[in-house]
Amino acid sequence: MSGEQAGAGPMATDFNNMGVQDMMKLYYSRLFPHQEMYKWLAYGNDGKHPKSDGTFFQRREFCFTLDGDIFVRYQSFKDGGEMAAALKDRCPSKIDIGPVYNVDPQRRAAYQGSGQGFSPLERELVFDIDLTDYDDVRTCGKEGHICGKCWPLMAAAIKILDAGLRQDFGFQHVFFVYSGRRGVHCWVCDERARKLTDEQRSAIANYFAVYKGQERGVAKLALSLDDHPAIARAYELLREAFEQRILPEQRLLEDEQQAQAVLAYLPNDAIREEVQRRWQHRSGSEERWEALVEAVEEEADALEVQGRKRQGGGDAPRAAGKAMRKALKDIVCAYTYPRLDMEVSKKMNHLLKAPFCVHPKTGKVCVPIDPDHAWEFDPDAVCTVGGLLNQLNSSSGGAVQGEEPWRATDMSQAVDTFRACFLDELQAEVKAGLAEKARQAAAEPTLAW
Amino acid sequence: MATFLDAGAVGKRPVLRDVQPTSRAAARSKVALSMYTDLPDGEIAIEEFERFAMDRLRVLKGIDDLKVKGFRPDQMQEKVIELYEKHMSASSREERQRKDVVSHFVLRLAYCRTEDLRRWLIAQECDLFRARFREMLPSEQKAFMEANELPFRPLGRPDFEEVREQLAAVAASLGQALASSALRRGDVPHDNYYKVPFEQVPDLVGGRKVYLQAGYAYVSKDQMSSLVVQPFRAALSKALVVTARRWAAVVAPEEADRLTPVVESLSQRYLGPDYSDPEKRGVVGTVSAGDIPRLVRESFPLCMASMYQASWALHDSHHLKHEGRMQFGLFLKGIGLPLEEAIRFWRTEMAPVAPGEKFDKQYLYNVRHNYGKEGNRKDYTPYTCMKIIGSTPGVGQVHGCPYKTFSQESLRAALARLQVAPTKIEEACNKAKAGHFQLACAAAWEGKHGCACDTGINHPNQARACYYAESRRVLDQEQQAAGGQPGGQAGAAAAAAGTGGQPYTPGPQTATRQLQNALGSNGPQPDSAPAKMQRVG
Repeated sequence: MSGEQAGAGPMATDFNNMGVQDMMKLYYSRLFPHQEMYKWLAYGNDGKHPKSDGTFFQRREFCFTLDGDIFVRYQSFKDGGEMAAALKDRCPSKIDIGPVYNVDPQRRAAYQGSGQGFSPLERELVFDIDLTDYDDVRTCGKEGHICGKCWPLMAAAIKILDAGLRQDFGFQHVFFVYSGRRGVHCWVCDERARKLTDEQRSAIANYFAVYKGQERGVAKLALSLDDHPAIARAYELLREAFEQRILPEQRLLEDEQQAQAVLAYLPNDAIREEVQRRWQHRSGSEERWEALVEAVEEEADALEVQGRKRQGGGDAPRAAGKAMRKALKDIVCAYTYPRLDMEVSKKMNHLLKAPFCVHPKTGKVCVPIDPDHAWEFDPDAVCTVGGLLNQLNSSSGGAVQGEEPWRATDMSQAVDTFRACFLDELQAEVKAGLAEKARQAAAEPTLAW
Repeated sequence: MATFLDAGAVGKRPVLRDVQPTSRAAARSKVALSMYTDLPDGEIAIEEFERFAMDRLRVLKGIDDLKVKGFRPDQMQEKVIELYEKHMSASSREERQRKDVVSHFVLRLAYCRTEDLRRWLIAQECDLFRARFREMLPSEQKAFMEANELPFRPLGRPDFEEVREQLAAVAASLGQALASSALRRGDVPHDNYYKVPFEQVPDLVGGRKVYLQAGYAYVSKDQMSSLVVQPFRAALSKALVVTARRWAAVVAPEEADRLTPVVESLSQRYLGPDYSDPEKRGVVGTVSAGDIPRLVRESFPLCMASMYQASWALHDSHHLKHEGRMQFGLFLKGIGLPLEEAIRFWRTEMAPVAPGEKFDKQYLYNVRHNYGKEGNRKDYTPYTCMKIIGSTPGVGQVHGCPYKTFSQESLRAALARLQVAPTKIEEACNKAKAGHFQLACAAAWEGKHGCACDTGINHPNQARACYYAESRRVLDQEQQAAGGQPGGQAGAAAAAAGTGGQPYTPGPQTATRQLQNALGSNGPQPDSAPAKMQRVG
């Protein structure tokens, strides 16, 4: 039956066998959600409302990566139509989004050196988390690898960031997007976030940074004996993620070398030996973890009892008990706490790949991720440009009149997620803001009669 | 004398000088500490202009040195105040305030011209400001905040009760057990806390030192200084950019004969030799790609050497990750490797993994970018030690400061490979263990060269410069003797100028020129200074 169908149509191409770059022209003309992208990045400044800023979108930098890894920076467009035309025309293998400058970046030369200068004014607060930074704690693969076994690390990162950004910083317009290969990007689009200085961006990035790189063979963690409320919240979530998903799926305590790496976080040799003694008859990661937790907690209890008995004898044993318990926290956080690429977040003018780009190697679309369903997200099942074009092809007769062609493909769900998790609410707020501005302007006394 | 200080003003009253001070300004002048929103009144002699500035620089350089030695801001309080008392005291309270304000504005002029200078000045001025604020009595702090209209309102009781538990948790996380249990018991008055938008206290947010909820930070009274430093930093940062523009456009050309040389030399000689600009130092082209393996063995500091020769490093693995390429590549640029040679070097080293076209495609841009030939064409400067120490290499990355990132064993092995004397290896390892990374580096330097390193290491390129100076030490000393360096003030000026008169400068000519600059108008023989330097504005 399928043979019949394929033979019947003039377009019998299977797009899954085609090079990604060759499909980009079709992708940009039929599948890329231009309108949603423009609605987002214009923030209401689409020229329709009298109080909107008509120059806003034109001042935004886009950077195109053209075939052959040629970067073309400082692209800008008057509106969504012009952007769509440029994408179709030039077929970038990657689109990066930069800041909104004080002037149109294409005309920056005219302003550089003048009194006004050329400088970025605003930019979404962004985060980049990449699985390659977890290579020492994942056993399923390295570098470009990603699979269902290491995805929980990304899901945990999404959860931690989402909770912190919303509850602690009060941001509302946050979305997450799959970066096309082995990581996740986060965009924070509240006006307040867009106007942050570089120093404030660094501060937020540091607030989330617990993992401070590798030092002397173990992860260096910025954790104190007692937890800051944000860390306590994160740890609760991470401990569960570690025990339910990461520990069993990564089989962290089975391979001798990996197990030793975990033991390195314990405070002294005595407890390490005790744990290894208890491990002798256990081999599974979960039962070994249970044994480790038991040993550590028993030791911590003993130290604390000792501390209570020695009234007036100082706090040393109690502190040691606390430090013992902290080792569990260290392990969980070393293996699961989000490892951010700090540089991306710190600077207003750092470029970041746009959502809905196609990864040139994998062909996967950078689709938005619903943080409420982060655990269920499957990086292997992400739609690819080839798959989408195949869907488009086989549905060509069925497209509803006047509807975007991608409605008939899996792109439809990706765009719906983008709208439901982010864009609809943003637009409602932007509209309300413009209406408020208009109301205030009307209320102001005017000199023109 | 109006013009030069106008350029340094925030822009509130740029031209009209003789308006009556407002009552706010009068209130401000009663407080010892200043936000420097008001320009100094009256005329200032050139001689005073420079002397005040030099004194303030001594304080700021002293603060910088403390940080290099590994002091954290909260450990420097006493020392900073000591420095300030030593250099900035004056006969009367009014005179003291005038000196404070004038010297601050002069340094704004001297340090506004480049991003690096601005960053340096802002960092030190903020530390000074914080220390001086903390030194004030609570009543003085209150008067200061009112005079400067800093609108921080204490927390109301209901708001406080709502977050009391969390505030206790934050205090505990900071190791303040007493404060934490007092909060839990309810023994802390509600107005001990302020609620401010998180943007106003980035340092507290970044250090997770405050409780955050829905975009607000809950700042305790002890943390007030952060709250006050923030507007100070913001205003200074903004003012410096404005000043830079005005200085370039208006003041510098007008003052080409009089103020410009003074102001420019103030910044140059102070930070010591300018490693950021190999062209200015005249070293470009003194190093070629072929020299590098030899220089690595002889003169590279550990952070650079270990990125080149080790099983994981460039020469063996033929690859460095981006951050490593930046750190290493800019260092090479700093020692005088010209662009063409840099391309040749990287192409050769990376050839096994990135042959021919692959190199051109993936890495050439990066090399050219470092030399300001691509992208926004910024002429990037070599990293300082602070920047290198501050970076944290992730998995598979080898940049950063090895004294911080290496285990004791690997550090010992690496230093032995660098042929550092065994006793000094021990010393370096101990310093590294104690967190004094730059002192560790200096110890390693001494162990390699067999002599004392008086200047301390605060820039990897300096470690390189040390080596050059060593070979020419005799010549250097002869020249200084011939230049008739007088003791007393000149010695102080040289000491203040950091590396000015000390052995480890890039070359004897630079040192001599710097000394002459330093002697300019505040040297012991005013008669020999050019006549117009004596003119009062």
